[in-house]
Amino acid sequence: MNVLTDNFSTYGEGFLGTVELTVYSSLLALVLGFLMASFRVAPVGSFRVIGTVWVTVLRNTPLTLLFFAVLLGLPRFGLVLPFEVFAVLALGCYTSAFICEVLRSGINTVSRGQGEAARSLGMSFSETLNNVVLPQAFRSVIPPIGSTLIALAKNSAIAGAFSVTELLGTYKTLSELGYNIVWTFIWIAVGYLIITLTISALFNVLEKRYGVAR
Amino acid sequence: MTDSTALYDIPGPKTRQRHRLYGIVSTIAIVALLGWILYLLFDTGQFTAAKWAPFEYKGIQELLLRGLGNTLKAFAFAAVFSLILGTILACGRLSDHAPVRWVSTLLVEFFRAMPVLVMIFFIFVALKVQPLPALVAGLTLYNGSVLAEVFRAGVNSVDRGQREASYALGMRKTQVMAHVLVPQAVRAMLPTIISQLVVALKDTSLGYLITYEEFLHAGKLIASNLDYDLPFIPVVMVISPIYIGMCMLLSWFANWVARRQRRNPKTEAVDIAPAKPGTLLPGGTPAP
Repeated sequence: MNVLTDNFSTYGEGFLGTVELTVYSSLLALVLGFLMASFRVAPVGSFRVIGTVWVTVLRNTPLTLLFFAVLLGLPRFGLVLPFEVFAVLALGCYTSAFICEVLRSGINTVSRGQGEAARSLGMSFSETLNNVVLPQAFRSVIPPIGSTLIALAKNSAIAGAFSVTELLGTYKTLSELGYNIVWTFIWIAVGYLIITLTISALFNVLEKRYGVAR
Repeated sequence: MTDSTALYDIPGPKTRQRHRLYGIVSTIAIVALLGWILYLLFDTGQFTAAKWAPFEYKGIQELLLRGLGNTLKAFAFAAVFSLILGTILACGRLSDHAPVRWVSTLLVEFFRAMPVLVMIFFIFVALKVQPLPALVAGLTLYNGSVLAEVFRAGVNSVDRGQREASYALGMRKTQVMAHVLVPQAVRAMLPTIISQLVVALKDTSLGYLITYEEFLHAGKLIASNLDYDLPFIPVVMVISPIYIGMCMLLSWFANWVARRQRRNPKTEAVDIAPAKPGTLLPGGTPAP
């Protein structure tokens, strides 16, 4: 028990690190995922190719390899940024591929007549997508996006192993100080549970508020 | 809307022209980006002979192959054990005895909510296990729990009439499961199971973080060798296509099975939803 009370600041720092990483990468992943999803359904062929390649490659890349390439590779091009930024980039890009697929399958759940009706009213592609299809798709993608973001929060642990300030990384400091390693890990686990359960609860609220049973 | 053409009209001549313009502009932009990256690669001297020479040495090639072999070994163990664990946990969750059900639900939910890496590190650091067993155990616990949910969803989604009919024929609980529900469920679940195995294959690269001598670790050894002028980028350029290729092959296999099954009348009674990653939320896609 005193592992937590003695090292509250270390744990707090790690916890905040994880939360920060999760929030920033989620934002990046949502924006990029949205962009790629609209690329994948766009009328222009080369946009579709870009979207498809992005998703296929990133979905099949091990995240550790991506971290390895981004955190240790990009500095060799003279691109020197803090490790946190690199971690956000890697996590965000990786998750964006999954968000894109979720959004695309959400778009596919909207019934065909909606798109046809919008077109027959003379709406353009972006108007159809933004005013008619996406608002309806949004309601059905809330749960899967929640699951993807939970996975993102869990994946942020990998950043900790690449020496970014993060919850999992705290175990090194604490084991050097000679604390009981089992209890150290139990509190780390509790920290992750708090984060994932919070995201889960948040998306349950969103689901109740906006989700519509069709 | 399975066909995305519902989002826009069939383009007329002017629109086609505009689309062609967009296409050309975006292609130029991508080509320029690639060219710039290539320029950077040349500029920072990534294509010098010194950096690529090590790949011609037999020792280095063997090191890489051994790493690849270790990755595949870890994957094979993890896949087999997680299928076994998944079966056991799914049996537990489908059990008629409430305590068994509660225990397995608790286990499944807990292991799905934990980051795989935390479990692997816990087993490696706190229980002082060798890297390979630690990696396999961590992957097994996580993927086994996810697969348990897949199996359960599969069995539950077999048409209710199938179960009722078998009970009406006087079959016992185990017989109904073994002869009626599971065979139909497994067929329908196969694509989801394979996609989950892709996740397991990708996650074997976590072994790098606990010094298991797998593919990425072998790459790191070469990359940090001063004799070869630190060939980091060449290593990444050699390793990532192999990794991504392996995962793509497996994903493609999953898709192929799924496509085949859509035409197969034997799976008609089952329409399975993919397993959800993470926790507690309805719906979702295979866990990343």
